[in-house]
Amino acid sequence: MPRIALFISQRLVKAVFVVLAIAVFNFFLVHAAPGDPAAVMAGEAGAADAKFVEQLRQQFGLDRPLYEQLGTYMSKVVQADLGYSYRQQRPVFDLLMDRLPVTLSLTLTAFVLALLGGVALGTLAAMRAGTWSDTAITVVGLTAYATPIFWIGLMLILLFSVNLGWLPAFGTETIGAGYTGWEAFLDKAKHLVLPVTTLGLFYMAVYTRLTRASILEVRDMDFVKTARAKGLPEWRIVSVHILRNAILPVITVAGFQAGHLIGGSILIETVFALPGIGRLAFEAVLQRDYQVLLGIFLLTSVVVVVFNLLTDLIYSLVDPRIEVAP
Amino acid sequence: MSNRLRHFRQTLTAAALAAALAAPLALTVPGVAVAQERGGTMNIIVQPEPPILVLGLNQQGPTQTVAGKIYQGLLTFGFDLTPQPELAESWEVSPDGKVYTFKLVKNAKWHDGKPFTAHDVVFSTSKFLMETHPRARATFSKCEKIEALDDYTVRFTLKEPFGPFLQAFEVSSAPMMPKHIYEGTDFKANPANATPIGTGPFKFKEWNKGSYIHLVRNDEYWKAGKPYLDDIYFRVIPDAASRAVAVEQGTVQQTQFNDIETFDVPRLKGLPNVEMTTKGYEFFAPLSWIEINTRNKPLDDKRFRQAMMHAIDRKFIRDKIWFGLGRPATGPVNSVTRFHESNVRKYDFDPKKAEALLEEAGYKKGSDGTRAKVRLLVMPYGETWTRLGEYVKQAMKRVGVDVTLETTDAAGWVNRVSNWDYDLSFNFVYQYGDPALGVSRTYISDNIRKGVMFSNTMGYSNPEVDQLFAQAAQTNKDEERRQLYSAAQKILVEDVPVAWLLEMEFPTFVDKRFKNAVTTAIGVNESYDSVYMVKK
Repeated sequence: MPRIALFISQRLVKAVFVVLAIAVFNFFLVHAAPGDPAAVMAGEAGAADAKFVEQLRQQFGLDRPLYEQLGTYMSKVVQADLGYSYRQQRPVFDLLMDRLPVTLSLTLTAFVLALLGGVALGTLAAMRAGTWSDTAITVVGLTAYATPIFWIGLMLILLFSVNLGWLPAFGTETIGAGYTGWEAFLDKAKHLVLPVTTLGLFYMAVYTRLTRASILEVRDMDFVKTARAKGLPEWRIVSVHILRNAILPVITVAGFQAGHLIGGSILIETVFALPGIGRLAFEAVLQRDYQVLLGIFLLTSVVVVVFNLLTDLIYSLVDPRIEVAP
Repeated sequence: MSNRLRHFRQTLTAAALAAALAAPLALTVPGVAVAQERGGTMNIIVQPEPPILVLGLNQQGPTQTVAGKIYQGLLTFGFDLTPQPELAESWEVSPDGKVYTFKLVKNAKWHDGKPFTAHDVVFSTSKFLMETHPRARATFSKCEKIEALDDYTVRFTLKEPFGPFLQAFEVSSAPMMPKHIYEGTDFKANPANATPIGTGPFKFKEWNKGSYIHLVRNDEYWKAGKPYLDDIYFRVIPDAASRAVAVEQGTVQQTQFNDIETFDVPRLKGLPNVEMTTKGYEFFAPLSWIEINTRNKPLDDKRFRQAMMHAIDRKFIRDKIWFGLGRPATGPVNSVTRFHESNVRKYDFDPKKAEALLEEAGYKKGSDGTRAKVRLLVMPYGETWTRLGEYVKQAMKRVGVDVTLETTDAAGWVNRVSNWDYDLSFNFVYQYGDPALGVSRTYISDNIRKGVMFSNTMGYSNPEVDQLFAQAAQTNKDEERRQLYSAAQKILVEDVPVAWLLEMEFPTFVDKRFKNAVTTAIGVNESYDSVYMVKK
């Protein structure tokens, strides 16, 4: 155990430096884009004079030299202050916290469902390789993988919302309905079905293909033959012997993709009008809302670092031959 | 992909139509008098989401539509742009055109219960808007004195007559701001900005960012018995296809401006539950054009610009790219506003004339058939402008001019155009009901200001035009102004500082149960105090 504790603490110390370096890099990245928030707001107002733009630049602190802006930003970041969005007139932290629940409920649900469904389908396909069920799963998986995600979203809306009228097409709740308790939960869940399905289908396709390929490699290895020779029941061979050895690549990819959880899905949140972080990020890019964008980048980088660490830990749990080394 | 999509929707539309035909006819017969009863909720699309709702601080289009229900101006304007009373019940102009006296309504109250008085008007026009509002700053800086004669009378004394002074009191041009909340504070950082306080028929209730803005009926509204609606939800729906679905399903009861992509308009027009109108934009009367950087070769040559006018088929653009919305423009002043002159040089679509002009200007065809090369920075405001860019490239190719399309996003576009780093681009600007407010700014040489968007970014300079616009603004005699503006328009159309494309029209879709949505020249930005819902 102390070994693991040492591993985690060392990784966390490194992580702090990585995140800070990322923050500096991001700062220059967002400032490299042409134009600034003042230009965007002048463009949106449809009228401007020199004073208007100058006032905005002053208010946003953009009239200061870049290194000074960087200094101000970094000194705030180390105090865990993500800054203030002048455009939205709110602290960045509050903006992120407003949007986080929507994105997390969307992406986490989609991620978990996709992982479970993908591994199950992939296993099924691999164990019956060459049969019609394998072909069916592979074809569906390939289609889901290759189809643009927004198009699937629109088609699902057309079918289930416009034509059949079963599910709401967008939003997170029925606005103005005033539901409470159980009713409110059901209402929200109903609104999540289409976006989660749309997003989940893509990830599920990825995991299905990975699991299938990985199992095909493992299932003919000697230790599987030994297990069969011992007369173990098939479900035990699949779940303990094959899957446990085949799942590592899936964990690797899932670990990467967990980093997307915060970024959410810009497309899904746009098509389904969900007020999540992905959309916030997209709009912040277009509006050059530097503080908001940097806040989202920072949050995302923290999540990625944490999930990398978790992935490493899970490796050693799944496969004791892999040791954690500081 | 889009074919399948369209097919689905056609099926759907047909089914909905059949259902509507079977429904009782009474609902769709126009002109049937129905009692204006209280009640009803209206869902209106708002896109993009406004950054804040304090109209004095932000005048983006969507902000105006939402905040126009919360804040009010002294005047509003009929379809023919004649002033109508709002917070001012009457007004007088002195014979020399320098003194304007407004009598205010006496029973108007701010949403927090404080009375609305002449002191609020003086504060708004001489302090608040002077600090925050570029257009208001330009107008009210022409005032020598702004004073409250008593609690309900305000007098503006101008340094010299200014023709369109009354137009400056429209709600987005000069929204009245509460003095008791803002005086002595930093207007932009005032915490009260999160909960806007106006005099309008609807009060701010809740803003779920990224999702909706909720306004509720102001029970203390100063017009007795109004408004009729209980509340209005402004719904943020960022995807254009989803917005169209929202109209089809009846989730929203109104869309305006660019909410619906032009290619969706013909389909939605056929829906049984909504009505489309293009009225209600007369005050803005946008005009679109190809912005031409006249500093760069070959665009500095008038004949080259004239050739562009002949090479581009404005009727095609209207019919095939804007799906019938708008009118081909003939010059710098929109024909629905005042002082439009139609007797100007005509540029019919004629590639031969264009080629002749190019020959004359010395742009001969090279061995590859190309006469000249220019860059076109496509305006990043949606699919339609991208299509327009592709069309212009083709049309210019036909007369031997090679156009390279460049793309960027909104920030990059403003940055490059305002800093004159472009050859050609697109633009459209509002005319605000009068050439002195919305037209002259594009063409006068005083307004060549680097880094400022919507100024004379073309670098066009003609002392004669400067003189005519200056004279026309400084008189309030309509006949005199008409002559001066006519002369200016004739010169401009000859010079082609920009290549005018369309007098733009926007489609407003309103659910048929809701009446009185569009009643003035500011249309959807109106207060909606007389909008009511017909219940079955």
